[in-house]
Amino acid sequence: MARAASPARRAAFTALAWTLALLIFFPIAWTILTSFKTERDAIANPPVLVPLVGGADGRPPILAGEADDPAEDATGGPEAGARSPGGPFFRATLENYRVVQERSDYMRFLWNSVVIAGGSTLLGILVAVPAAWSMAFVPSRRTKDVLLWMLSTKMLPAVGVLYPIYLIATFRLPLGGGTFQLIDTKPFLVVILMLINLPIIVWMLYTYFREIPGEILEAARMDGASLRAEIVHVLTPMAVPGIASTVLLSFILAWNEAFWTLNLTAVDAAPLTAFIASYSSPEGLFFAKLSAASTMAIAPILVLGWFAQKQLVRGLTFGAVK
Amino acid sequence: MATKASRTAARLMMAPAVTLLLGWMLVPLVMTLYFSFADYRPLRNVFEPWAGFGNYERFVTSSAFWPSVWTTLVLVGAVLAITVVLGILLAMLLDQPIWGRGAVRILVISPFFVMPTVSALVWKNMMLDPVNGVFSHVARLLGAQPYDFLTQAPLPSIVLIVSWQWLPFATLILLTAVQSLDREQLEAAEMDGAPPLARFRYLVLPHLARAITIVILIQTIFLLSIFAEIFVTTGGSFGTRTLTYLVFQRVLEAQNVGLGSAGGILAVLLANVVAIFLMRIVGRNLDA
Repeated sequence: MARAASPARRAAFTALAWTLALLIFFPIAWTILTSFKTERDAIANPPVLVPLVGGADGRPPILAGEADDPAEDATGGPEAGARSPGGPFFRATLENYRVVQERSDYMRFLWNSVVIAGGSTLLGILVAVPAAWSMAFVPSRRTKDVLLWMLSTKMLPAVGVLYPIYLIATFRLPLGGGTFQLIDTKPFLVVILMLINLPIIVWMLYTYFREIPGEILEAARMDGASLRAEIVHVLTPMAVPGIASTVLLSFILAWNEAFWTLNLTAVDAAPLTAFIASYSSPEGLFFAKLSAASTMAIAPILVLGWFAQKQLVRGLTFGAVK
Repeated sequence: MATKASRTAARLMMAPAVTLLLGWMLVPLVMTLYFSFADYRPLRNVFEPWAGFGNYERFVTSSAFWPSVWTTLVLVGAVLAITVVLGILLAMLLDQPIWGRGAVRILVISPFFVMPTVSALVWKNMMLDPVNGVFSHVARLLGAQPYDFLTQAPLPSIVLIVSWQWLPFATLILLTAVQSLDREQLEAAEMDGAPPLARFRYLVLPHLARAITIVILIQTIFLLSIFAEIFVTTGGSFGTRTLTYLVFQRVLEAQNVGLGSAGGILAVLLANVVAIFLMRIVGRNLDA
């Protein structure tokens, strides 16, 4: 609004917005908090809320079972419970992260996620940049139809092609002396996820490229620049921001993809989505370890996502909302 | 104007993307179509290349089919209603002058970046668990009985989880649209004494109509294929089996490929109805 909002009005909106935002963020915050608890603290009733780091503050470690003050609630901050030792405190520990890493070979899943998301993004960009470039700068009558058709492949439900893909994946290719299957291999998932995200990548690049003024290219052509020079010296510098945003979004989408990664992996190529899904049948106490594993799986992408939020609109609405 | 040489170059540059997507779409889809007319059960070594419309008939008349269609519609409809209504309200709120808007935005958008298996498991265990979940802690605090969400109300629980994941998307897109509102028009209406509700009804809502449509269409496409959230919470039991999940069970769990493929083709047809509307809007926008 052009007119200055009254401070009271502003304060009210601020309070409401922050309350709602914190509510929405709460499950994530709670997961991160729980990942630093012992399994016993993780299921303490009432919940323990305030981490104590190290033993330097002189307070004895608090056992969750002893915390029995019903007055504590989710809003009880440090002040609320400071006077009741054993109230909302727990001793922060990195034990869960160590255990998850050691017991489940977490690094391998992480590496698979990086390879699959990174590989599919790289491959997708390599295929999509020339296509988007030509559609943006050398449009023909059919450009629009091609773009819409590409979009339509994105709308194909995965179950519509599930078995054929599974069949291709489990086909025994004669290789050397034995046979070789594509299922549960990283390259296969790289290709599948690349194909899934390719329409979005082409579209997003196309909307960025279209904003590059054509006159600049014409001027370069007039000056006798070859097609290669045009691409390398004129187009690329102007296209880099758009490509970077596209890479970011594609990486995020591939990282979080959870239909093909669950159905086409078993052990060797399983990424973090499958690793987390293995926690769906709990054994004993596992809240803290689940939290640690979850935190590790989402933290990198959460940070990337914060950078990509503006581009998300463009990428996921196919340029239809600006 | 582009020269003939650059035209040829342009075609060549498009070729890989077009070929790949054509292969990706056509080959498996034709295979699914083919299997859907065959009696194909690999575990029993049954392969009868032509079974007519038997698979379609059996899929549609099976006792699981209509409940799965119903579950799909309820899931998609409820999530759409929740995310669009709350998304509009949140977008309007975030458009107000508030302190720390950037930080609020980041908090609100975050659930969208959480991978589906994580959000489903975190909600199932940390939030909705009848003994140790946060909801049951709050219930006890308020003197109420903890509620076993995923057993007592499995579908609403999944609706809740999926809505949490998609509310950020709706909010972000609607916020982008709200921010392009004509402020002067809005102020003029305010000067003329139009009450807030009327301003919302006659100025804001029409302006958002297009963005709302886009949100609905895109979310529908993604929601029709919801998988991981069901896979790790209920495994499709307790009336949470959607059409997608039913096909998954027929094809991969029961390995009745013919039957499942018929279901897959039906799912494709269902998605196409939505897709056609979305493509029209996007296509119109391309001309502008």
